[in-house]
Amino acid sequence: MKSEFKIISNLIDKNSHVLDVGCGDGILMEFLIKEKKANIRGIEISKTKVQNCIAKGLTIIEGNAEDDLKQFPDKSFDYVILGQTLQAFLKPEKVINELLRIGKQAIVTIPNFGYWKVRLHLLLKGTMPVTKTLPDEWYNTANIHLCTIKDFVNFSKTMSFKLSKSIALKNDQPSIITNSNLNIKNLSSNLGIFLIES
Amino acid sequence: MNFKENIKTITIDKPLKLDCGKTINNFPLAYETYGSLNKEKDNAILVFHALTGDQFVTGVNPVTNKDGWWSYAVGPGKSIDTKKYFVICANVIGGCMGSFGPGHQNPETKKIYGTDFPVITINDMVNAQKNLLDHFGIKKLFSVVGGSMGGMQVLQFVSNYPDKTKTAVPIACTSSHSAQNIAFNELGRQAIAADHKWQDGEYSSKNTIPDKGLAVARMAAHITYLSKKGLQEKFGRKLQERDDLKFGFDADFQIESYLRYQGSVFVDRFDANSYLYITRAMDYFDLVKQNNGNLSNAFKNTKAKFFVISFTSDWLYPTQENKDIVIALNSIGANVGFVEIKSDKGHDSFLLDVPDFLKALKNFLDKSYLEE
Repeated sequence: MKSEFKIISNLIDKNSHVLDVGCGDGILMEFLIKEKKANIRGIEISKTKVQNCIAKGLTIIEGNAEDDLKQFPDKSFDYVILGQTLQAFLKPEKVINELLRIGKQAIVTIPNFGYWKVRLHLLLKGTMPVTKTLPDEWYNTANIHLCTIKDFVNFSKTMSFKLSKSIALKNDQPSIITNSNLNIKNLSSNLGIFLIES
Repeated sequence: MNFKENIKTITIDKPLKLDCGKTINNFPLAYETYGSLNKEKDNAILVFHALTGDQFVTGVNPVTNKDGWWSYAVGPGKSIDTKKYFVICANVIGGCMGSFGPGHQNPETKKIYGTDFPVITINDMVNAQKNLLDHFGIKKLFSVVGGSMGGMQVLQFVSNYPDKTKTAVPIACTSSHSAQNIAFNELGRQAIAADHKWQDGEYSSKNTIPDKGLAVARMAAHITYLSKKGLQEKFGRKLQERDDLKFGFDADFQIESYLRYQGSVFVDRFDANSYLYITRAMDYFDLVKQNNGNLSNAFKNTKAKFFVISFTSDWLYPTQENKDIVIALNSIGANVGFVEIKSDKGHDSFLLDVPDFLKALKNFLDKSYLEE
């Protein structure tokens, strides 16, 4: 199991009502049902992945987070999860606002563009970085709004939402991000996981 | 028509108050079943048929000798697996396959009802069919499933009987019949009424049928069940058994010949007055209005798990109308899944061999059946 999923699972309470936005094949959903008896729904845009979720017996709605979150009432979920997809939205601000509106809390994970390997790639090769968490070429990537852990922390101040927990992941090893270690974590981690609320 | 011996019927003696204000009782409801009801009586699926369907869902229809209308989806090992589930389907009231309809005799006047038959609604159809649960001693269905007008009945059923089904699958339908759909239905009704043999609905007593009018109604409706792309790919401008245009009004094009055929076979199996009554019931369907403008209220008392399905090329009941149902359910935190199936086969997709649809339906039912 991906350590990202274990961390997310540790962030949520048992029997919670959860929405996984961009749930893909529903692997995290299955994990949270098993680990946390979560009452969980998924939204996914890919028809193939929606079919895969149905085949697993998951409750899934085919749709697009930028258009289809508005149907959910305020605070209708305990947690809304957005796993490594914020950077793919046309309007990340709008999506974050929607997550915070429909969820009491939201969990957002981001591939860290400030990771040293990414920086080194651009510095030495002079081409757009391609890594394990960012596997696409610049011309075919869905990631149009990439950011660093530090960017996201700054973003939370601009948007005035609260970072209840900030966790950095480095080679599957989690650690807490604080104000004092932010620059180090921003360099050494490939993934950021944030528990946020308005 | 001499097919009565192949039709199972129960007589509903409980009076049924119709939306039009009249009450009916001791009326026949024709049905068919497939598979067997288990000991726990928890494996029953009530399938609702569409406008021109009937109770013969799968296998060979004993009246038409053709495959049942949902043979792709229902049968042993299929999406609605009759090895697992007990499938019940009734002919809607107002229909012409044995259930109480305008072709029946009015016991008071001893005349065929014709247009004296009361106007019925989707609500009336569903309330009549609810009696089947009592007949089979089923406390709670495993599922209610239907496409098009069948989907409307699914929505109405859950609204009327919120604790009588574990799951609900409305397919390619709407919660409120659109102006466009009322318009198409009106076209069909006017085609029938314009046939002089219709005789204000009293054609049976005059030993005739408005076959031309009914065929035109069917031809017009049939176009709405397909998609432009599907028609173009299947027929294009191909000519019918000729090398060139004949400069006349015979069926030069294959699509013309196809539609004429569809019209002609339809009149052999369907009653013109039933066509009027059932299309009227669809037009009157407005679950939003029934709930004072808030569709969510229709579902606020149910714990049923919903699965809404639409098709990309369905322009009669487009995805957005199906999605409105999903939105109404989500806004009250109901358990609902939704998928839009990619298909060029138009509204008819749910009746045809569309593997993604058949797979999704099967997976939803089989996985839900295992859940507590």
